[in-house]
This record gives sequence, C-alpha cells and structure tokens, in this order.
Amino acid sequence: MNRFAQLLDRLSYERGRNNKLRLMTEFFRNMPDPERGWTLAALTGALSFRHAKPGVIRALIGQRTDEVLFALSYDYVGDLSETVALMWPAPPALTLREALPSPTLSDVIGTLATLGKSELPAQLARWLDELDETARWALLKLVTGGLRVGVSARLAKTAAAALGAKDTQEIELIWPGLKPPYVELFAWLEGRAEKPLSHDPIPFRPAMLAHAIDESELAGLDPGDFMAEWKWDGIRVQAVAARGTDGASLARLYSRTGEDISSSFPDLIETMRFAGAIDGELLVVRDAQIQSFNVLQQRLNRKTVNGKLLAEFPAHLRAYDLLVEGEEDLRERPFAERRARLEEFVARLDEPRIDLSPLVPFRTWDELTAARADPDLAGPDAEAVEGVMLKRRDAPYLPGRPKGPWWKWKRDPLMVDAVLMYAQRGHGKRSSYYSDYTFGVWTKAENGDVLVPVGKAYFGFTDQELIEIDRFVRRNTIERFGPVREVTHEADTGLVLEVAFEGLQRSTRHKSGLAMRFPRINRLRWDKPPREADRLETLEHMLRRMEAGRNAAVSGAQSV
Amino acid sequence: MPTPAGLYCGLGEFHIDPTRPVDKAVITHGHSDHARPGHGSVLATPETLDLMALRYGGNFAGRVQAARYGESLNIGGATVTFHPAGHVLGSAQVGVEHNGLRIVASGDYKNVADPTCTPFAAVRCDVFITEATFGLPVFRHGNPDDEIAKLLRSVALFPERAHLVGAYALGKAQRVIALIRKAGYAAPIYLHGALESITQYYQSRGIALGELRPVRDADKSQLAGAIILCPPSALNDLWSRRFHDPVTAFASGWMRVRARARQRGIALPLVISDHADWDGLTATITATGAAEVWVTHGQEDALVHFCLTQGLKNGLKARPLALVGYGEEEEIDDAVDSAKASGEAP
Repeated sequence: MNRFAQLLDRLSYERGRNNKLRLMTEFFRNMPDPERGWTLAALTGALSFRHAKPGVIRALIGQRTDEVLFALSYDYVGDLSETVALMWPAPPALTLREALPSPTLSDVIGTLATLGKSELPAQLARWLDELDETARWALLKLVTGGLRVGVSARLAKTAAAALGAKDTQEIELIWPGLKPPYVELFAWLEGRAEKPLSHDPIPFRPAMLAHAIDESELAGLDPGDFMAEWKWDGIRVQAVAARGTDGASLARLYSRTGEDISSSFPDLIETMRFAGAIDGELLVVRDAQIQSFNVLQQRLNRKTVNGKLLAEFPAHLRAYDLLVEGEEDLRERPFAERRARLEEFVARLDEPRIDLSPLVPFRTWDELTAARADPDLAGPDAEAVEGVMLKRRDAPYLPGRPKGPWWKWKRDPLMVDAVLMYAQRGHGKRSSYYSDYTFGVWTKAENGDVLVPVGKAYFGFTDQELIEIDRFVRRNTIERFGPVREVTHEADTGLVLEVAFEGLQRSTRHKSGLAMRFPRINRLRWDKPPREADRLETLEHMLRRMEAGRNAAVSGAQSV
Repeated sequence: MPTPAGLYCGLGEFHIDPTRPVDKAVITHGHSDHARPGHGSVLATPETLDLMALRYGGNFAGRVQAARYGESLNIGGATVTFHPAGHVLGSAQVGVEHNGLRIVASGDYKNVADPTCTPFAAVRCDVFITEATFGLPVFRHGNPDDEIAKLLRSVALFPERAHLVGAYALGKAQRVIALIRKAGYAAPIYLHGALESITQYYQSRGIALGELRPVRDADKSQLAGAIILCPPSALNDLWSRRFHDPVTAFASGWMRVRARARQRGIALPLVISDHADWDGLTATITATGAAEVWVTHGQEDALVHFCLTQGLKNGLKARPLALVGYGEEEEIDDAVDSAKASGEAP
C-alpha cells in the first residue's frame, strides 16, 4: 500500500504528461505482480467497492477524535478523506505499525472482495491504524472511488505500454478481454509470454485520422483521385456491434482513442442491432436538425445519464466509413468500395438514429472550394459543418495519421480584433507566465465607448509571443486580483489581439450577450491602436448572419 | 500581558517580540515577524543579534545586549532567562520570574531534532505562552528524513530536471541542506542569492553544510538534476524561468495539506517544519506543567479547545491572545532577502 500511495501522491501533484508517464512506467517496472496490476486497475477505474460510503468514514473518525477538533480540521482541509487520513490518531501501542507488515494493495483488494458490509468499518479502522498518512489517504481515496490524480485510463495504459515499447493501441485492442491484476499483460509487455488473445467480439479498431490541408497545397493533387464529404462538428466515434455466441446483441461505442463510452450513450447503443463496425460522428439531433457542438457538450459533460438528458439531447450517429461488415474485415479495401458497401449497409439498417454522411460532389478544386465556402449545400445541418474531408478513392483504412490518403480542409475561421483586458498566470510550464487572456471589444455606454469582455484564450501564440505578451502584462498592470492582472486598455494604449474563432452563440452568462467557440490568438497587432479594434456590433452582425443562414436552410429543407 | 505592540512585561517595562518600535525589546529569534528594526534597546541571544545585523545592518537598534541560554538578568525586579527553543539558530524562549511566579513565552519552537540549532528544552512554569502555527490535529510533521528521501528519489528518477526547493532563508534552508547531507548526498547544492549570506553565517558558526555554490555562477549543464534552494517566492517568479521543466519542491509544514501545495503549484511537497506540530504543541504544554496557557498566534481555537478539554481533568486554563503581525515570516523575509540579493530580480 505504501508504494501505491507514494505513486498516487506524486501523480496528484505532477502536472506534466510525460513526467506522469515516467512515474507510472517506473512503478510498473519495479513493482512485482500482482501489486502493479492492481495499481493499473485502480488507475484505469476498473475497481469499485460498494460499501465504503463517506458516511462509514465519518462514523469511524467520530469514534476516534474530538468532534470540535474534527470540525475545525475538516473546515481547514476541505476534503474528508484527507482530513481523516491526517487526523487519524496513532494506535495505542506506537510500535504496532513497525511490528506488523503494513498491508499491500493486493491484500486490501483481496480482503475487500470478500468482506461483508457489517465487517467493513472494523477492517478499515485496522488498516488506518497500520498505515501512515499518505497510505491512509490513498486507501480512503481508493475505497470511496475516484482517485482524481489527473491520470486518464488511456494515460495509465500508455505508461504500461512503454514497459515493452508497445503502442498503446495494442493494449486498447486486447483490453476488453483482460482482467485485473493483468498478470498476462505484464508478462507480454516484458517479453516473457505471447500477446494475450482478445476474445472480444466487439473490439475497437485503431482510427484513421487526417492531416490538415490548405488551398495552396490542393493544386498539387488530382481531384479525380479523391472523394469529398462534409466534416461534422461532433465527436468522432466507432460504433461496433455483433451477435454474441448466445445470440444476444452486443454493442459498444468507442471514442477515437479507443475509450469505451457506451455507458454515456445508452440511447444510441440500443439502436445498434447490426453486425459490423461503423466509423462516424456522434451528434445531437433535435427536431431533425444537428445541434451545435455547444449543445453536444452539455451532454458530454454529464456524469450520470438520466431520462431528461436522453430526451433533451438525443444522440445520433452519422456514418463515414465501414470497417467491418458481418465477419468480414473491409479495412484493406479501397475507400470507394467501402463507401459503396457503407451506403447499402446504412440503407438496410433503416434506423433513424444512424444515417449516412453525404458526399460532396465536385469535379475541380474550384468547385470544391465553392462548396466549402457555402456549406448551405449541406442542407439544414449547414451550421454543424466544420469543413470538408478529402479521401483518396484507393486508400485502405490505416491506423493512425498517415500522410496523403486523407485530408481535412476546415472552414476559414472567423476573425475579430479585440483588446487585451485581463491576464492570468498559466499552469505547469507556464506557471510563471501570464498566459490566459481575457479580451474585449468596444461598445457604446453612457459616457462614450467602453470595452466589454467577449472571450478568453490561452493558446494560438508562439513561445516567443508568449514572452512578449507576458512582458507587456507585467509592465502595464493597473490592478491585481489574486492571480489575475488587469492591464491598460485605453483608446490609445493597450494591446490588440487578432482572435480567431469557430462560431458564435448567444449567452446569458456573458455580459456581452454572446460566447465564442474555440477562440485563440491568431496574431498580435502591436501596430494597431486599441481604438481601431472591432466593436460588439460587428460580432452581433456575424451572429445574426449565422442565425439567418441556419433559418434559411431550415425553411429551404421544409419546402422540399 | 498582551498589548497592540505585542507581549508586555509591566515590571521590567519591556516588550517581547514587539511588532512596532518600542523602548525596550526582548527578541526570541531572528525571523522578521518577531525581530523588527528600530527599537531603543534589544536583548537577544548573540546569534539572533548577529542575524538581525545581517538583515538590517549594524544600526538596527539604539543599543543591544546579548544573553546566552541559561544566563539570568535582572530587569526592573524581574528575572529574565533565555532557554533554547529549537526553532532556528539562536532561537530562545523567554522565562520571566518574579516572587516565585514563572511565565515562559515560547516564541516559535519545535521539539524535534535539528542539526543546525540547539535543541528545545521544556521549562517548568506557571504560565506558558505558546505559539500555535500548526495548532490543528491534521498537522503531524512526521520524519523529515523520509521527506528528504522523497526528494532524492525524485532526483534519481528525473536526473535531467533541476529540483528547486523553496525554503525560508533563515533556518529552513540550512536545516534542509544539513538533512540532505545526512542522507548521504555529497554533490554540490546550489543557492539562490537571497540565501547566501545567512547560510554563510551558519557555516561560520561551525555548522557543516558541504559544498555550496551560487546559482548565478553555474552554467545550465551543471544545473540539470541539481538540487537548488531558493526562497519560496522565487518558485513562481521570473527567476525560475532559467530552468527547463524544473521539479518544484517546497519544504514547509503547510505542505501537509494538499490544497496548500496545489495553490502554490508545488510538484513535490516536503513536510519539513521548524514549528512544533500538533503532537509537539500538546506534549510541550503538558511537559511545562503550566496551570495556565496563553496562545499567541496561529490556529488558536483548536489548541485552546484542547487545553480546556484537558482542563476538565486537571484544571488547566487557557485563552487566546489574538496577537496580530506574526506568522508572516515568509512574506516579509522573502521581500527583505530578495531585495538584498545582488543580481536577482526582486
């Protein structure tokens, strides 16, 4: 338990991804089975303990400590597990801890698996007596669920993969067939055994990704080699379904990195009664219209999925590609053939929640350029078009991001000149830099024009530009609010930022009445005085134009 | 008795650790929330006087008088004696006796081993005036050697990353260095400019700290994987930018609480404190045999509550004094030392 606790402790403070990976890989290398396997299970969220509720822990500490001292301490520390871990009084005989070997993670998990609910409090108290502060904290975090040390399941698997210089994808592929403490997995990673076979009938297959392209690069390509389709602004998923040996229908929804996200989308899962694997985009469709990414996000961010959420944000799959049909793996076939099979496949499904992403017809790049500039061609869902995808007719479905077969050509971003108003210090490597910027545009007020904040951005600039902005912030601070500094923003003095963004939405949460989607700093306009920055009316005009475009598309579709 | 300027002894007409300039001051130790310049006369241990001169220059008070541990002086009929407080070099508790009544003001103290200062001695008394910086039962500092082992493990795991250890300039920095040496680490340890003069003073008092080098003279290749001590404020300052992807550590009792470490962006919290922890405070209160306890600064409520619950058994009385102006040694010392450090950004 101590080594596991030390790892969690260190991970909880370390911010760098690579450093977290090294901490975990080092741990997996030095720890024996099954301890490291249980650790991997804890980090990937594969364990859960039913009986250990916060109430049990509160009752335990209540028996051991003064109630006033506990209240004062809890108030100060702010976290129940941590307060209990720190306050837990040493057992009557101080030597007890040295005399008994403290329990290992395997001991704890093994005991918890067989323990009845009524025996739990006494057992927890025994462990708390035997462990030190950090291990007590780790134990309580473990049993109450949710380690929250900033490690995703994917990252933990990546750390394990590094043990055998394997690709994380390989682990993802066999993961559904593995069980903690993953002894056979580690044996394979260390080159001592064959790769564990996946008996999973509905596995994830590594996704194929595209490189970005722009107009100038297109000239070098032959339009006849490519097919085009809309790029939808949702989340990329893989929908896999099959009939199990017992005849029951099996279905799973994966993110593009192979994480199983089925539990968040039961409404889509229950419609997946096919045998095959579809590559597509997960979208929210309401009133026969794809909703913006902002709407989708409201569903994505929920931990629990209830009926209200399902009714308000119905999930929908828009199909791009067919990787497997029945038992047949199509990934080696050319895209043109897979596309034809996909069209038939989706038509046969006849399932309203699963539809086909239409092709964009074109003969020349000019025609495609025109189509991309006017996504209204995509019908009522024009607003959800993020750009176009170009796919070589002869390309097989390859894992990863190969250069050449697939290109994504996004719509030009929207752009506005705004004035820097507030800056906040960043995290990690950027912790000494002011790297999060709130910017505003002009609007009319009682005593002339004032700046109203319209968004916040923390990327898009180069390291060199970051240093320049940071210097500007430090030299032009007019007020401090904790980690935030307000900087000079007058008509003639201040910093103008060219901000690029993907969309606009009405928002009641912002004073300006609108919110930007995906804003980032495109350029620093040292040359431009703040008085020449854009006005709120410009953004409102952009927003109205977008809404008008959407409504026109809707009425156009209805009249057909 | 407590006054706006700090604790005051009417008989001897002197203040203990006054927070504003007074005629006669008795100073427990050199941290700048306790030792301020501008008093008419100052009585302190020789080390405390030296450290004050190092910080504020030779004219920090009208007149100074040194007293060693155990030496008794008569001030206006009161007998004043310094006893070791184990907090930092030269730190003292002040015992005041008159007509058989003995009051001891602890200043800041810790009752655990520290190779860089004289160990704490509990003094039997009638009234014990204690600090309560870590006066909550969540503060148990543990064994500092384990914390140093954590630091050295990290250096071994990340041999290309500089390890920046934030430590108060007076006391903590030197204690951390001594602990690192005790753990067998022999490589040079690098110092931020703000730590140099006080560390040199410690060395001049015969405290062995091994090879120390100023950061400003080192080139980048030497600092990869090196241990570098700096004042806590430097961790988030421009100064820290010269290091690529450093591991930021902070040696402090506050690091026991995760939120405190996270707020400061610390990746490697080291629970090493120069103050008594909860067990230390409560054990000391018992050891003094005092019938009455006054709590000066820190988490008074919990400690007073503890004394009163003990009082149900043995009649112990307690009250908080609610003195202001203490417990800010970090902020004040940082500012003073950083401003003085040549070639470093303030």
